[in-house]
Amino acid sequence: MKTLSLGTALGVPLALSFASAAMAEVGVSPTVWSVRTDTLEYRMGAEENSFAWGVEAWIGNDELRLVWKSEGAKTEGGDFEEMNNQIRLQMPITEFFDGFIGGAASTPDGAPDRYYGTIGVTGLAPQWFEVEAALYLSNHPYLNAEVEYEGLLTNRLILTPSIEVSLPLADDPEREIAAGGASAAFGLRLSYDLIGRSVSPYIGVNYERAFGETADIRRGHGHDIEELTGVFGVNVMF
Amino acid sequence: MKHTNFLRPLAVVLGLALGVPAQADTYNITVDKVRIDTGMFKKNGIGYNGSQTPSILHFQEGEDVVIRVKNNLRESTSIHWHGLILPFQQDGVPGISFDGIKPGETFTYRFPIEQAGTYWFHSHSGFQEPDGAYGAIVISPKGGEAVPADRDYVVQFTDKHPHSGARVFRNLKASADYYNRAQRTAQDLIEDAGAEGLKAALQDRKMWGAMRMMPTDIEDVQGFTPLINGASTQQNWTGIFKPGEKVRLRLINSSATTYFDVRVPGLKMTVVQADGNDVKPVAVDELRIAVAETYDVIVQPREAKAYSIIGESAGRTAMVRGTLAPSQGMVGPIYKMRPEPLLTMADMGGMMSGMEHSGMDRAGMDMSGMDHSGMDMSGFDMSGMDHSGHDMSSMEMSGMDQSGTDTGGMDMTSGLPVVPAEGAKGAAFYAPGSGLIPTAANGGKFLGYENLAARKPLYRDRPATREIEIRLTGNMERYIWSIDGVKYEDADPIRLKYGERVRFKFVNETMMAHPMHLHGMWTIIDTGKGPYDPVKHTVSVAPGTTLYTETEVDAPGQWAFHCHLSYHMAGGMFRKVIVEGGPS
Repeated sequence: MKTLSLGTALGVPLALSFASAAMAEVGVSPTVWSVRTDTLEYRMGAEENSFAWGVEAWIGNDELRLVWKSEGAKTEGGDFEEMNNQIRLQMPITEFFDGFIGGAASTPDGAPDRYYGTIGVTGLAPQWFEVEAALYLSNHPYLNAEVEYEGLLTNRLILTPSIEVSLPLADDPEREIAAGGASAAFGLRLSYDLIGRSVSPYIGVNYERAFGETADIRRGHGHDIEELTGVFGVNVMF
Repeated sequence: MKHTNFLRPLAVVLGLALGVPAQADTYNITVDKVRIDTGMFKKNGIGYNGSQTPSILHFQEGEDVVIRVKNNLRESTSIHWHGLILPFQQDGVPGISFDGIKPGETFTYRFPIEQAGTYWFHSHSGFQEPDGAYGAIVISPKGGEAVPADRDYVVQFTDKHPHSGARVFRNLKASADYYNRAQRTAQDLIEDAGAEGLKAALQDRKMWGAMRMMPTDIEDVQGFTPLINGASTQQNWTGIFKPGEKVRLRLINSSATTYFDVRVPGLKMTVVQADGNDVKPVAVDELRIAVAETYDVIVQPREAKAYSIIGESAGRTAMVRGTLAPSQGMVGPIYKMRPEPLLTMADMGGMMSGMEHSGMDRAGMDMSGMDHSGMDMSGFDMSGMDHSGHDMSSMEMSGMDQSGTDTGGMDMTSGLPVVPAEGAKGAAFYAPGSGLIPTAANGGKFLGYENLAARKPLYRDRPATREIEIRLTGNMERYIWSIDGVKYEDADPIRLKYGERVRFKFVNETMMAHPMHLHGMWTIIDTGKGPYDPVKHTVSVAPGTTLYTETEVDAPGQWAFHCHLSYHMAGGMFRKVIVEGGPS
């Protein structure tokens, strides 16, 4: 978990810079923070099981937020097959959208580490779609876009479809990635807000697939290009 | 209250000459950490004099009070005397009137009581007020009450939430709909599709979705237990009466964010006072008390039975029952909560008026569709449209324009009671077609500001010297609240001149009602009654409306001016007002 400590090392000093405003003065908006997961789950696949997470923590005010995002998956008893961390500064650019700029690290086991500068937008699109789009810049740049929708079956039972697409802009053979060969993850999760919005257990499915030349490379190496898993987990927010 | 300013030095001189000390009673208040038990949940909170039951301070008009406030908390505190006319250094707002009261310290407030009526007091520090730091003030008038009663009770409402105020605020910042458990669901869509047709139901969703607004966004914070005098429904606060007696109920809304619709089923309530000032008595069946307002009502229960005092939140997510009974232990009936209201496009009117002309096609909104019932549109102030400073360009209005051609999708009153023309019960201070317009549970009279008339003019009526526009602004999704698009921390103070009469034009460009409170000076609501316009300290500005008030600037110093919803105030809907000149 080396990048977790990297995130902490970067995050704490930056967080302290917000702390001066933390004491509430009359009428002055205090510094606030939040931690929430959108994935904290056990995935059951045809061949192997894994544990996956997606966490976002932030501290800041209306003008500026410091955000740490962590996503990854660890196979049961095995490697971190995915490990992505980013630290970014995020600020409002329109009524419903934030812009952000930061640094990201992709450090899974069994593949070379990649470090990126990232710039993107995140926010709420019309019709309540939560979207994020970002450009990751390095020798191996890629575009990433995520869309999520919370469908309220009731006020507590929520069905959340999600799509995440990554589009590599350069070849990265060591990671079995080809320029233009996208990979995508589709999720459908049914959650129930058990304790406020703090604890929300869920079940669902997660489907990941590689396309184009990226898929060709993986096939050539005898690897799967798609994976369907049943998932169960619990999202937390505090 | 200017005359008393003149008379006071005279009285002091006379007092000295005659060797008679001015009457000065001393009151003691401790600010304590308390355990709050609502019967539904227990939590740590703050209370005065060690109790979750709000303390009542009884003053006499004309006395000089000395109030010693001891802070037993581990953080600074303050007490603001809400609605009292006093020297600004005694007003109790940290950073504006004084430095606050540090842990362990005792601060002594000293001021003359120049008025009579029902008021309240609360902490103006952090989120201590939602955490429980509030109490009531009852000031007896010199010549006795204008409308005498046999019994006299304070009925103080609050919305006690299991989360601390700081946590509520943090959660709202993290997710503005965190506490909204009355959102429209798939089930509602199916029901609406059944009632209106699928196309209309989808159009309606599309229109709200395009704005990223929720028609259910009436109460920011749900999940609270409302209390009357510190007691939940289950704990049942009870006031005793003998049949036939006149009972004065001093209604005070000390909630963090909740408006209450108050009624005593089976009895008329005669409103005799609003925000401490006597009004011409008006009999109503129900009234809506905005956060920080007070209303004195007189009821006359004639039967030897238990009557309920019902406070139902305006968003219909919570209800509290207290009891009026001939003896302790009796319990008033509980009533079913009425259905949750929905905001309409009329309540969004202010948001649209804040936009540039190019931003939307007003014709496309088909306002004529609203007009079928002969609605009075005069209250719908469009002048805000010129404010190009308010950047709403990112709002996707295209969805509205499309649906505007389809009256099915834009029928703003569909499924809602059609609002009659002017003279509608309690409707004058809401946007025409608003989903928030209250109706009495028994179909009777619901109090509106238009029904309030001062019993005696407090001030000579004169034209205002100037007008100041106050646009109430915000970003619901980000939970940012502001005035004229600027938060308190980024704003210059509003400067008034001693002796002037300022006309405030409140333009609510948000989708929520804001109870605006000016400290230190009275707020006269323009209801078209000239010298008899009601005089208040807090005025609720409904969404999508423009409302005018006037203030005689008769109190030198610096004062707070803000929305009294705790989390809007903390979010930045706040200004410092500096009164320049005048006696020091």
